[in-house]
Amino acid sequence: QLAVKSNISLQQKQHLVEDELELSAVRHRPEGLEQLEAQTRFSRKELQILYRGFKNECPSGVVNEETFKDIYSQFFPQGDASTYAHFLFNAFDTDHNGSVSFEDFVMGLSILLRGTVQEKLNWAFNLYDINKDGYITKEEMLDIMKAIYDMMGKCTYPVLKEETPRQHVEVFFQKMDKNKDGVVTIDEFIDCCQNDENIMRSMHLFENVL
Amino acid sequence: MATGVAAWLPFARAAAIGWMPVANCPMPIAPRDNSKRQDELIILNVSGRRFQTWRTTLDRYPDTLLGSSEKDFFYNEETKEYFFDRDPDAFRSILNFYRTGKLHYPRHECISAYDEELTFFGIIPEIIGDCCYEEYKDRKRENLERLQDDQEENKDMKMPNMNFRETMWRAFENPHTSTMALVFYYVTGFFIAISVITNVVETVPCGSTANQKDMPCGERYTVAFFCMDTACVMIFTVEYLMRLFAAPSRYRFMRSVMSIIDVVAILPYYIGLVMTNNEDVSGAFVTLRVFRVFRIFKFSRHSQGLRILGYTLKSCASELGFLLFSLTMAIIIFATVMFYAEKGSSSSKFTSIPASFWYTIVTMTTLGYGDMVPKTIAGKIFGSICSLSGVLVIALPVPVIVSNFSRIYHQNQRADKRRAQKKARLARIRIAKSGSANAFLQSKHNGLLNELLELTGTEEDEHKLTKSISLLESQHHHLLHCLEKTTAHEFVDEQIFEQNCLETALQTFPSGSPSMSDHDSPVGGCCGRRGKKNNPLPNASLLTAHPIPTHQGPLQELSAIHIQSSDPLSHTASRSNLNLKTGDSSKINCKGGRITTAIISLPTPPALTPDGDGLHGPPQRRPPPPPGNPPPPSIQTTTSSAGINIVKVSAL
Repeated sequence: QLAVKSNISLQQKQHLVEDELELSAVRHRPEGLEQLEAQTRFSRKELQILYRGFKNECPSGVVNEETFKDIYSQFFPQGDASTYAHFLFNAFDTDHNGSVSFEDFVMGLSILLRGTVQEKLNWAFNLYDINKDGYITKEEMLDIMKAIYDMMGKCTYPVLKEETPRQHVEVFFQKMDKNKDGVVTIDEFIDCCQNDENIMRSMHLFENVL
Repeated sequence: MATGVAAWLPFARAAAIGWMPVANCPMPIAPRDNSKRQDELIILNVSGRRFQTWRTTLDRYPDTLLGSSEKDFFYNEETKEYFFDRDPDAFRSILNFYRTGKLHYPRHECISAYDEELTFFGIIPEIIGDCCYEEYKDRKRENLERLQDDQEENKDMKMPNMNFRETMWRAFENPHTSTMALVFYYVTGFFIAISVITNVVETVPCGSTANQKDMPCGERYTVAFFCMDTACVMIFTVEYLMRLFAAPSRYRFMRSVMSIIDVVAILPYYIGLVMTNNEDVSGAFVTLRVFRVFRIFKFSRHSQGLRILGYTLKSCASELGFLLFSLTMAIIIFATVMFYAEKGSSSSKFTSIPASFWYTIVTMTTLGYGDMVPKTIAGKIFGSICSLSGVLVIALPVPVIVSNFSRIYHQNQRADKRRAQKKARLARIRIAKSGSANAFLQSKHNGLLNELLELTGTEEDEHKLTKSISLLESQHHHLLHCLEKTTAHEFVDEQIFEQNCLETALQTFPSGSPSMSDHDSPVGGCCGRRGKKNNPLPNASLLTAHPIPTHQGPLQELSAIHIQSSDPLSHTASRSNLNLKTGDSSKINCKGGRITTAIISLPTPPALTPDGDGLHGPPQRRPPPPPGNPPPPSIQTTTSSAGINIVKVSAL
């Protein structure tokens, strides 16, 4: 049957080209289908579909930051998505080895698409916390905000001004920073988000994506 | 849309969760995936060769034959496959396009056959990948030229609507087009030759007369030569004037090299005419005659080879310059050495360093005239070193330069070609980018109109509008919509953006002063104010400081404003206007509110107000301010309002 065949092909050895081509020397084979099934909340079929798409774009099995930025930028033709893609990349690259393998990719997606609200908020906090020290400072938030606004590009209505991201950050901090100490901790963040109807609802927005 | 990375769209959408905590507005609803079909393998039978692929692979490009329902025409019920009676080899690259997102042009294919296949399967050639695009364009151009050549042979007659001037110019540029042109061509060629020969013969000593020594023919038969000269110059002048008259761009013609040569060739004669009686400058006049030799350059109009040579020299200028420079260095060095070596000897011809230049050059180029020879031993030693190194310095670079000539010549041609192609390629990329952006803007109208219709409840209309957007595209647009909501700004067309900027620049600040708002509602301002489509006075509802934004199509008002503000020419505008009547005042209010808050860009929330709603509504609409208009809530509005610092009043 087809499913079995593709399962086997996933497990087959890749052609390791030990050439002088240093550039494409990095290859990666994901763990078996069963392990991934156990570790994530995706079904077998979904993992197959995901892997096919992943491998199509990245035949070597890993995404490096450049490719990642490239791919992500194609969804936002009007603006510059590279900064936000950089932050996203760091959020997905959980072991910080400079490349996103299929496991990283699928774990991240599992949280985003099938995780509990707590996990999702955790993930978002991790995204905003650029230096991963457990606190979101205003500078970190400003970087993230600027990256998001960069994706809009130049031609917007109303016209984007310099202070817009900063003001947005102020609003954010006003909402989130309960004890006004200038940083947002994970608890403040989760607390505040759970009390916000908008955010709660939007967390469920992409559940049927796959 | 980035169809090549369609598989990553789910990832991009999932990653959008990162925007959610930052956004202050509710997000738009995600498009539903109505087709719950499992992914299945499709068999494509092309003239007997079976290709198989997933259905979703083909669905990536819904505007091609294989991606749309057009392929149903080719479905074979008995064998449950799609049969195409086409070339299977060419089909390979077409199917690969679906798989990889890149269209390649196989070099062994004939260009017209390939083009036909592309047209059949509904794929536009412009999306050929960069790796194969140049080859494809080259072949296409050759093909086109071949076709054109075939046509031109029949087309050499005079085109009916060329006026006299154009005919003349054409005759000058392409002598073979008409007999007159050919005659003219040969006549001028003949006279150029005559003129050059005359100049040469002028200086030959003719046989001496009885009691006079040899004198050059020019002085003997002055009148004859003068007549010849005059005739030639007259012909050249007439020719120049005719070319000047016929030239499409006179200024450009006058600046061109050939015309400068023409002028220089005939000028000495006229100057000579003017200065003929002035003995003082007759010396200079004689010198001027040397410029008559430039007439020989007029032959380059008649000879393609000369033109190529001239062009090549021009393009090799840097190599030649370097050769000259290194030669100069060597000459100076050796001249100096020889001078000081020969200083001691008496009656030495090496009187100064510049005088030694001549010796050095003659020796290095292995000419060896012998008019200057070193006499001292040291001089002879250095002289021999000089001649040996001369061989190296001169003889070696010359072949290199020659090969440089041909290489640079060909390279120049290729570089020009590539430059032209690069411009075209960049234009393509720009178009593709703007195409996808435009697709989003366009579908915004359609999609939002859709939602309007959804609530007014006409299913057929909804289907009519959604048929052209694939699920993939609608998901991508939803993603972009979420980004808009997060940042509380919208994507607009470039033209509209420039319009906006222009209007901003012309706008004067309204004089109204804001009043403090004392309503503190944590509603997402950009959407909350437009919360209720059906409620004409959203402010009334918002007055209650109800923190929960309305569910009923928060998009409606937004869409209304979008439609209002983005594209006045869109066909959706009129229909949406009908729907807007109920929400009219609220919309205006919001718009006004949006605008007024923009005027005051204060970081602290409560200061923002649309109190000047009535004052600062959009001028072209002049709406009456809604009665009892309390200022809308403002805490969460700061995201949108504080962010919106534009003082734009007219939205269209």
